[in-house]
Amino acid sequence: MKYFRSHVLVCVDPECLSKGAHQLMDALNDELVATGLIDEVQVLETSRIGGCAQGPELMVYPEGIHYSGLSADDVPYLVDEHFLKGRIVKKFVEEIKKSTDEELSAPTSKEIRNVLRNCGVIDPENIEDYIAQDGYMALAKVITDLSPEDVLDIMKRSGLRGRGGAGFPTHLKWQFAKAAPSEIKYVCCNADEGDPGAFMNRRVLESDPHSVIEGMVIAAYTIGARYGYVYCRAEYPIAVQTLNLAIKQAKALGLLGENILNSGFSFDLEVRMGAGAFVCGEETALMNSIEGKRGEPRPRPPFPAVKGLWNKPTNINNVETYANVPQIILKGPEWFSSFGTEKSKGTKTFALAGDINHTGLIEVPLGITLREIIYDVGMGIKNNKQFKAVQTGGPMGGCLPASDLDLKVDYESLSNAGSMMGSGGMIVMDEDTCMVDIARFFMDFTQDESCGKCTPCRVGTKRILEVLDRICGGEGRDGDIELLEDLCRHVKSNSLCGLGQGAPTPVESTLKHFRAEYEAHIYDKKCPSKVCKALIRYQIQEAVCTGCTVCARNCPVDAITGERRSPHFINPDICIRCGICEQVCNFNAIEVV
Amino acid sequence: MVKYIQNIPANDPLMIPEQREIIDQVIQENKTKPGATMVVLGELQNRIGYVSEALQSYIANQLEVPVSTVHGVVTFYSFFTTTPRGKHTIKFCMGTACYVGGVPQLIEKAKQILGIDIDQTTPDGNITLEICRCVGACSQAPVVVIDDEVLGRVKPSKIPQLMKKVQE
Repeated sequence: MKYFRSHVLVCVDPECLSKGAHQLMDALNDELVATGLIDEVQVLETSRIGGCAQGPELMVYPEGIHYSGLSADDVPYLVDEHFLKGRIVKKFVEEIKKSTDEELSAPTSKEIRNVLRNCGVIDPENIEDYIAQDGYMALAKVITDLSPEDVLDIMKRSGLRGRGGAGFPTHLKWQFAKAAPSEIKYVCCNADEGDPGAFMNRRVLESDPHSVIEGMVIAAYTIGARYGYVYCRAEYPIAVQTLNLAIKQAKALGLLGENILNSGFSFDLEVRMGAGAFVCGEETALMNSIEGKRGEPRPRPPFPAVKGLWNKPTNINNVETYANVPQIILKGPEWFSSFGTEKSKGTKTFALAGDINHTGLIEVPLGITLREIIYDVGMGIKNNKQFKAVQTGGPMGGCLPASDLDLKVDYESLSNAGSMMGSGGMIVMDEDTCMVDIARFFMDFTQDESCGKCTPCRVGTKRILEVLDRICGGEGRDGDIELLEDLCRHVKSNSLCGLGQGAPTPVESTLKHFRAEYEAHIYDKKCPSKVCKALIRYQIQEAVCTGCTVCARNCPVDAITGERRSPHFINPDICIRCGICEQVCNFNAIEVV
Repeated sequence: MVKYIQNIPANDPLMIPEQREIIDQVIQENKTKPGATMVVLGELQNRIGYVSEALQSYIANQLEVPVSTVHGVVTFYSFFTTTPRGKHTIKFCMGTACYVGGVPQLIEKAKQILGIDIDQTTPDGNITLEICRCVGACSQAPVVVIDDEVLGRVKPSKIPQLMKKVQE
């Protein structure tokens, strides 16, 4: 047996092949023969080493050097430098990828990673990686062993509910779509994750696209659909790219397309992109958008399960819902329902953001308390400040105060408390946050994103925003709180879709839990958190000011006057409350009142 | 083939052979897809950079849908633009602090260098000037956002240097 001092593994993945991997191998062999190294260095073919983006890639052992982006012309130099002189050719060395994942760190003890189990573990661009993690086993089981009725029964026993936020039981949705009489049916995946601060679905699509595809094929088999769409927002180009590649690979292996796994069942899938409209996350608006129309919601009923895409029965679920399906089939409904509470089973992903130490993606069993999420998983509030509120459910959700910290995170508890589960955005706010300002911020967002089809939402959100603007601007009037409550009630009960029905929630919940702040703004003309510019004043503490003139020199509007070495003074009539003086003062002499 | 559309400006993508080829190719590829309007518009916005009025009429005709439908879709979604956008955008923050901090002077300087107004794009399609709402960096005023980079405390004299980065 021959012994080699070096082994060169050349990636012959299709992508590297197309970029000349074979020519590179030939050139390597030729050069090794020419330099007499052919008995010392062995060249081997291997599967994918890295991203193949630079292509062709090779790995040199025993050093473990990863080269990429070489062409046949570079070979003589490489052989000369590396194999003769033993010097690493730096310009071709593939940089070691940053191992720290800013979005998704190692799970804490309270977390259970089911949906996110493959994220960061497998190569999302390689279907074999997914298959090695029991991928597509659930599909095989469903297609060979189970009838659609069996699948429905499993889904029912699992207790899986829609992860898009509303929490409708998944098996019921599937059952309605299955029962609807039609030759043509569709399966749809809602990947239009528009809530600011939420990126759970993007992460799943980018890191584990096949779990979503597999879930969709199983849903299609159950309801009898032959065609499906994934509607992904335009802001997620990498997710779209990863999905398209995954679909291609699944088709090549007969896991998607005609005659899946030789069963006679066919299902094809296509990715459709949104174009920057938040309302398209609403299921009927989404369908209009896929149909090539303006993304305006349709009245329900008829529900999508009866009349969905092109008026055909359609099953539409969220990314995370589909991603849960394969594991439920494989590990059994009892495994899934062992997590969670009586009515809310399984785990849920959340995107933690705001004034919290550990921001990023988490996955926790339902029924966990907000306190556990914020203090155990999220490591508490930044800078040792006080917790003030947590906002769940995106712009349609509500703000929950400290008294609700021991609330269990499940569909019913959250909605009873005046918020909602939502898709999983969770924004934590500390004592420095003004709740009226937050309500105004969210209303500004929904008002801007209202599609304008129905009057309560179009006009109502605008009116609510005007009142909130007025209150934050220091011009709140007696009766504004009652007016807000009235407007909220009307917008909520009369709007056509979830956007309008949910738009008043941030206002209603802050009115309920932080009414005193509204009153302070309106009656005392004070912003207790010192956020609303019109209600605060910067002033210099005479005793602390050294008269260094830094503030006066930095003030953009020359509102600060004073002699050198004597206390300065801010003229509140000129001051625009930009806060520059407070930032530049070296003596903390400037206070906000 | 485009006779039915009147008064097409000479610089419209429809009149530029290379772009016209892309347009026809995109339409041909997606024409038979159900819900083709969104697909075609999305693809063309990406590849051409904007969807002109003439192009909207052309798409409507090719896909056999009313022009009003195409126009309705284009104006509904924020992703579609009807005028060309540059490869780079320079946004000027018009928050109060930035406004009094000298953004108007910066705008003047930028307009002077590029020879275009706000919401316009340089003739080579490289840079678009825009005004944006407060970016929340008031302590850095005046703020200019070039593509995704927020630049604070910008002085008019520094504008030429900053623009060099994105000028070709």
